[in-house]
Amino acid sequence: MNRKEKARLNLFLRYLLLIGLGIVMIYPLCWMIGASFKTNSELFSSAGIIPMAPTLDGYRNGFKGYEGMNLLHFMGNTYKFVLPKVVFTVISAVITSYGFARFRFVGKNLLFALLLSTLFLPQVVLNVPQYILFNEVGWLNSYLPIVIPSMLGGDTFFVYMLIQFLRGIPKELEEAAEIDGCNVVERLWYVIVPMLKPSIVSCALFQFMWASNDFMGPLIYINSVRKYPVSIFLRMSMDTETGFDWNRILAMSLLAIIPSLAVFFMAQDSFVDGIAAGGVKG
Amino acid sequence: MKKKKKGFWKRNIGLAFVMPWLVGLLAFKLYPFIASFIYSFHSYNLFKTASFTGLENYKYILGDKLIVKAFIQTFKYAFLTVPLELMFALFIAYILNDKIKGLNFFRTIYYIPSILGGSVSIAVLWKFLFKTEGLVNIMLGALGIPAFNWLGNPDGAFFVIVLLRVWQFGSPMVIFLAALKGVQGDLYEAAAIDGAGKWKQFLRITVPLITPVIFYNFVTQLCHKFQEFNGPFIVTQGGPLRSTTLVSLLVYNEAFKRNEMGQASAIAWLLFLVIMTFTAVAFISQKYWVYYADEDGR
Repeated sequence: MNRKEKARLNLFLRYLLLIGLGIVMIYPLCWMIGASFKTNSELFSSAGIIPMAPTLDGYRNGFKGYEGMNLLHFMGNTYKFVLPKVVFTVISAVITSYGFARFRFVGKNLLFALLLSTLFLPQVVLNVPQYILFNEVGWLNSYLPIVIPSMLGGDTFFVYMLIQFLRGIPKELEEAAEIDGCNVVERLWYVIVPMLKPSIVSCALFQFMWASNDFMGPLIYINSVRKYPVSIFLRMSMDTETGFDWNRILAMSLLAIIPSLAVFFMAQDSFVDGIAAGGVKG
Repeated sequence: MKKKKKGFWKRNIGLAFVMPWLVGLLAFKLYPFIASFIYSFHSYNLFKTASFTGLENYKYILGDKLIVKAFIQTFKYAFLTVPLELMFALFIAYILNDKIKGLNFFRTIYYIPSILGGSVSIAVLWKFLFKTEGLVNIMLGALGIPAFNWLGNPDGAFFVIVLLRVWQFGSPMVIFLAALKGVQGDLYEAAAIDGAGKWKQFLRITVPLITPVIFYNFVTQLCHKFQEFNGPFIVTQGGPLRSTTLVSLLVYNEAFKRNEMGQASAIAWLLFLVIMTFTAVAFISQKYWVYYADEDGR
């Protein structure tokens, strides 16, 4: 075998590996799509994706819901806190990072050290006292415990990410704006925000995904079924499943991730850029 | 610099910008952090006043075989999942980085599990896949391997929750991919002229140059995996024989099922100390294996 042949074999093997592993990675998801259209008896008898006797029973039963509330009600609940959380996260992260990246003030070094250390502060130590705190102020069984901390810059990761980006942006434009008479708030709004736009989009997208997937928060704080987000509702349906209504559970699970998938496909590049920049820099 | 003698807020306008964050930090991070430390020395639940019990909670934890087991399982989980995940991530990123056609397509395919993996829907799916009559056993059956009761066997169930995370290697992979792009091509060319094969180039050039990124991925992933909750809670419910009762799940059970807030805080604090210890060791070990090209690196 000469060098050229060897290189071609090598290339072939690489594609084979990439495609093979890719199929293994993605097959469960494809199976899920097909399985949601299968009958319950077929579900556990064939490994194929295409249903032999397609049925919409899973979806029909899924939409029947629970005590008059259907799946859309629970999905709506999810976005009732996800959307405000995303908006507030972005606003508070931009403001906080602007403060840290562009100004000097008393105690800045100490505060910045605190900011960095909360990046590594495990949520598990905070859960119990946070719960007790939210209980005392009467926020339990509402979405406030999930939204308010984000309003106050609680998602340190995003603050840190934006600080890193801001450090890479030259200050000349702001200085020019200052000479033109822009005050600090105007400089933030007219100069910084437009330049930060790609990073802001990344923050919003990641927070959207993370907040929609969040399970433990709602599990701890929400206790009436009417306010359950779809994640808790799915888990409840799985537990209370008495018959063998498997296709219904799969159909509902699939519908629940469609918004996330749609957002991902619309904004793929922002995700990849965001994760790469955030990761490499921080 | 230009104008002197201004009011406090004029001089410290930045403080005004970080004020909301500071309030949040004090109320939702610092206060709970200290409170949980104090609770951990108390017998405390929501229906009675706290009573100071000293080290009682910690003594109880260290003497309780089931709690110790949860810590051991959490160690095993973290130190099995993180290296596996990072190895896949780095290996695939390395292959993808080498002028592969359809890079974006492959990257998307590998990244999708990371986007969806944390959701309950995927946990539900995994429960289906690994049922005795589920897809995995059907496929193994086609290869002539007898069905295995994954979720009914302690090791099997443990393997299932490990696999659920390893499957999500896409996000460290994207980070590696970005880092690999930064490795200059002429280094490889020089090595190739010297007769180094692909494998040798990978070990001698690629890996050393991206050790900062390996380090970053290792520390962040380890922090997350020590606190794993969704997989054990939804897919295996901590069982069988408590093989998947990881520490986070234990804290949840103590606090929100048994209402033992003091006990739960003590367990959480022990876990915190464990995580801190490993993070500190990782940071100290940096100087022996992490290569920073410039002094600017952390």
